Amino acid sequence: MTWEIVIGLEVHAQLSTSSKIFCGASTAFGAEPNTQADAVSIALPGVLPVLNKGAVERAIKFGLAVGAHIAPRSVFARKNYFYPDLPKGYQISQFDLPVVGNGQLTIHVPASGKTAAYEKTVRITRAHLEEDAGKSLHEDFHGMTGIDLNRAGTPLLEIVSEPDMRSAAEAVAYAKALHTLVQWIGICDGNMQEGSFRCDANVSVRRPGSPLGTRREVKNLNSFRFLEQAINYEVQWQVNTLESGGAIQQATVLFDPDKGETRMMRTKEEAHDYRYFPDPDLLPLDISEEWKKQVRATLPELPHVKQARYVKEFGLSAYDASILTASREMANFFETVLAAVPGDVKMCANWIMGEVNAQLNRDGLEMTQCPISAQQLGGILQRIADNTISNSGAKEVFRTMWAEGGEADTIIEAKGLKQVSDSGAIEALVDEIIAANADKVAEYRSGKDKLFGFFVGLAMKASQGKANPAQLNEILKQKLAG
Amino acid sequence: MLDSSLQQLGSALRARKISSVELTQLYLDRIAALNPALNAYITNNAEASLAQARAADMLLSEGKAHPLTGIPVAQKDIFCAKGWRTTCGSKMLENFIAPYDAHVIKQFNNAGAVNLGKTNMDEFAMGSSNETSYFGAVKNPWDQKAVPGGSSGGSACAVAARLCAAATGTDTGGSIRQPAALCGVSGLKPTYGVVSRYGMIAFASSLDQAGPMARSAEDLAMMLNVMAGFDERDSTSLQRDKEDYARDLEKPLNGLRIGLPKEFFAGGLSNDVAQAVETAIAEYRKLGATIVEITLPNSRLSVPVYYVLAPAEASSNLSRFDGVRYGYRAPEYSDLTDMYEKSRAQGFGAEVKRRIMIGTYVLSHGYYDAYYLQAQKIRRLIAQDFTEAYKQCDVIMGPTSPSTAFKFGEKGDDPVQMYLSDIYTIAVNLAGLPGMSIPCGFGSDNMPVGLQIIGNYFDEARMLNVAHQYQLATDWHSRAPQGL
Repeated sequence: MTWEIVIGLEVHAQLSTSSKIFCGASTAFGAEPNTQADAVSIALPGVLPVLNKGAVERAIKFGLAVGAHIAPRSVFARKNYFYPDLPKGYQISQFDLPVVGNGQLTIHVPASGKTAAYEKTVRITRAHLEEDAGKSLHEDFHGMTGIDLNRAGTPLLEIVSEPDMRSAAEAVAYAKALHTLVQWIGICDGNMQEGSFRCDANVSVRRPGSPLGTRREVKNLNSFRFLEQAINYEVQWQVNTLESGGAIQQATVLFDPDKGETRMMRTKEEAHDYRYFPDPDLLPLDISEEWKKQVRATLPELPHVKQARYVKEFGLSAYDASILTASREMANFFETVLAAVPGDVKMCANWIMGEVNAQLNRDGLEMTQCPISAQQLGGILQRIADNTISNSGAKEVFRTMWAEGGEADTIIEAKGLKQVSDSGAIEALVDEIIAANADKVAEYRSGKDKLFGFFVGLAMKASQGKANPAQLNEILKQKLAG
Repeated sequence: MLDSSLQQLGSALRARKISSVELTQLYLDRIAALNPALNAYITNNAEASLAQARAADMLLSEGKAHPLTGIPVAQKDIFCAKGWRTTCGSKMLENFIAPYDAHVIKQFNNAGAVNLGKTNMDEFAMGSSNETSYFGAVKNPWDQKAVPGGSSGGSACAVAARLCAAATGTDTGGSIRQPAALCGVSGLKPTYGVVSRYGMIAFASSLDQAGPMARSAEDLAMMLNVMAGFDERDSTSLQRDKEDYARDLEKPLNGLRIGLPKEFFAGGLSNDVAQAVETAIAEYRKLGATIVEITLPNSRLSVPVYYVLAPAEASSNLSRFDGVRYGYRAPEYSDLTDMYEKSRAQGFGAEVKRRIMIGTYVLSHGYYDAYYLQAQKIRRLIAQDFTEAYKQCDVIMGPTSPSTAFKFGEKGDDPVQMYLSDIYTIAVNLAGLPGMSIPCGFGSDNMPVGLQIIGNYFDEARMLNVAHQYQLATDWHSRAPQGL
């Protein structure tokens, strides 16, 4: 009998405001410990929270981007528990009235093994605003714990999905789609190393058609690879447990990336009673239609809309469209290059997905770090389009530009890459070759068509690679035909 | 000089008949002489006070004075004041030096007033007798065997005993009004949101409100003019136009409709208090007021509702006192949990712990709906009662406290008896309304009785008018305890 895997994700996206959610302290990453911890961040007696509107705007933006309901009134609640990096002894979060409810996100699950690639829609239950805790530092303190409250109060959007995913691959596809989206709409920098985008996975297994199994929540998944590993490990563990006659207990487990295992943090019985109640220091959060409208006006064209447009308007394949909309930077790059050579969609797409992506991968760079700007690449493609350079010449320009910078025309000039399109010059060159290789010409004319490439090679070499290939082919064919 | 009104002191200072330094020193000397017995102050800092006085004298000599410039004001030790030890009456904060100013403190500093010291209070404002202060109880200056009331007992005592010109207090369930009544001074709790709570150590955030304590309604108006105003650092602070709370003081009371809630004159009210309040009402008739009997049917539920909601909020508000970043930490502990437990067990007193436990209980899974949510519903009903009542009257009057000041230890063993001493004041906090207490006579024990005046939302100016007209016609408010 088979098992069905059921996964729901809780994603914490750090919102890209410059100050914290309830005070003016900076959210910049990497500062000396406690240098961004003001009176509110360290919860001095008497301090009070004041809501950062920028965080709310980002939450609204997200809600609109996933077609969700934006609550006209939501409420901040206190989640009470003691921990040294939680300075107030409670976290301000949202509980029964979150700011965003009922959205959805379409994901592309890539092909794997016998399964072809497919699309799927994952429902988003809710997204709510909350503050992050500080950090406990256990190293370098000789048996004591250091507390860094720089992160305390950083705004987070916790995005909770329905248990709609049926494999680790789907969970990863969903996490990636979400990761793209939050960066796309500019609400989160998506930096997973710095913890700006963190996933927890609720995993359970069941017999197909049966009610949901008992879930375990896997925490601390700060890369897509760990997410996949952790889910696969956890599923296997649950299946093994059930098949050997055991039962799954609701629990929270921690993924250990070094061992590739999950281990128990606490069971349901040990779970905290957080004693949620509305925070009396904050008024209910009211969002007017007007505010929603204003935020909607700032939303860029969303990835799935853009993708569909690329397919429809440009005739790109769904696959190409998805690659070119993998990030907003990528799409902007593509559109800027295309503006330089309007109409040459396929050439632009091929260059970006081919040369550019390959070179980025080789150098381990992100699109944002690409040393060649879209305008520069556009310059190269223009010279291909107007036959100034050949494709191979263009690749040389590209390599030079990547390494040294510069504009296409300057490089073409400096390297003498301008191709010869003067038919007189090409004809003279072909005549010379035909005269010098009478035996091969005879062979060709007696039916050895394969020799055509040989002549092209000779002609190209004679022109130092500058002959316009199409023209050359045509002239060669004519002259060889005799 | 000690009996002068704030108006008179301000005039004397501006006329340079006395300097702020001289006036401040006068009070500091009196504090040095009387505070060891009365225990009204937890902290005095002559150097800091005199430095402010010198600065005030500069402003006065430059003619840049505000009405309160140079006047020594006592600050309840619940307000953070930069560089001042701020204890909130607790061992937990025994050595806590505040690194910033509360909004209220800033307002007084901006006005050029002198911070004369931090007054004693029930620990974290939880108490009605000042007996829960870690720094020992304040004595009632009218009878040192009697409690001064609480939690703003130190401020009430300091005003009554002329240990300051005026003082600040805070009121969560009666903590300004009840000690004002028991010490024979005037005190006003404004509408919730009128005075910023920023820098005021939280007890129950949805109920806490700071207000002035002084020897007359006129003085209260001057104090409130400094304290009130929008502050963006408190999200519950109300954005309203600045108003002059003294503007209506002189208006006659002809046609004033006074509502007397029948529930406030039923069982549990001592005869002494009933009599003094009735005499005061008679005086108001003479001043032109008409009397309407009203009913506040849900007010009987205010004590139980309050003792669900206030501890619930307190249990969470006091979680920050964990021994990690500031405040008391147990000297020895075995691990993190032990550190929390010992620090809080040793740092908090019994009443604070009792309320944290009640609050934790009512918020717990499975009890939240039955207690917290239910209490919130009744809170709305209590507020509705007042809305109904104000259709028939302009202000509501009644006793502030069911009895005059009781003796130390009298209610110490029975928290519920202690809680009931706020039975007439608590509903006002639950509704967010402004309330005040003014002296209206003495009981057979020669202890002061307070008359409570409850106004509609933002009606502080009218309440002060109502109190001031009474104080023009009577002299209860100017009586001072003898033999100190």
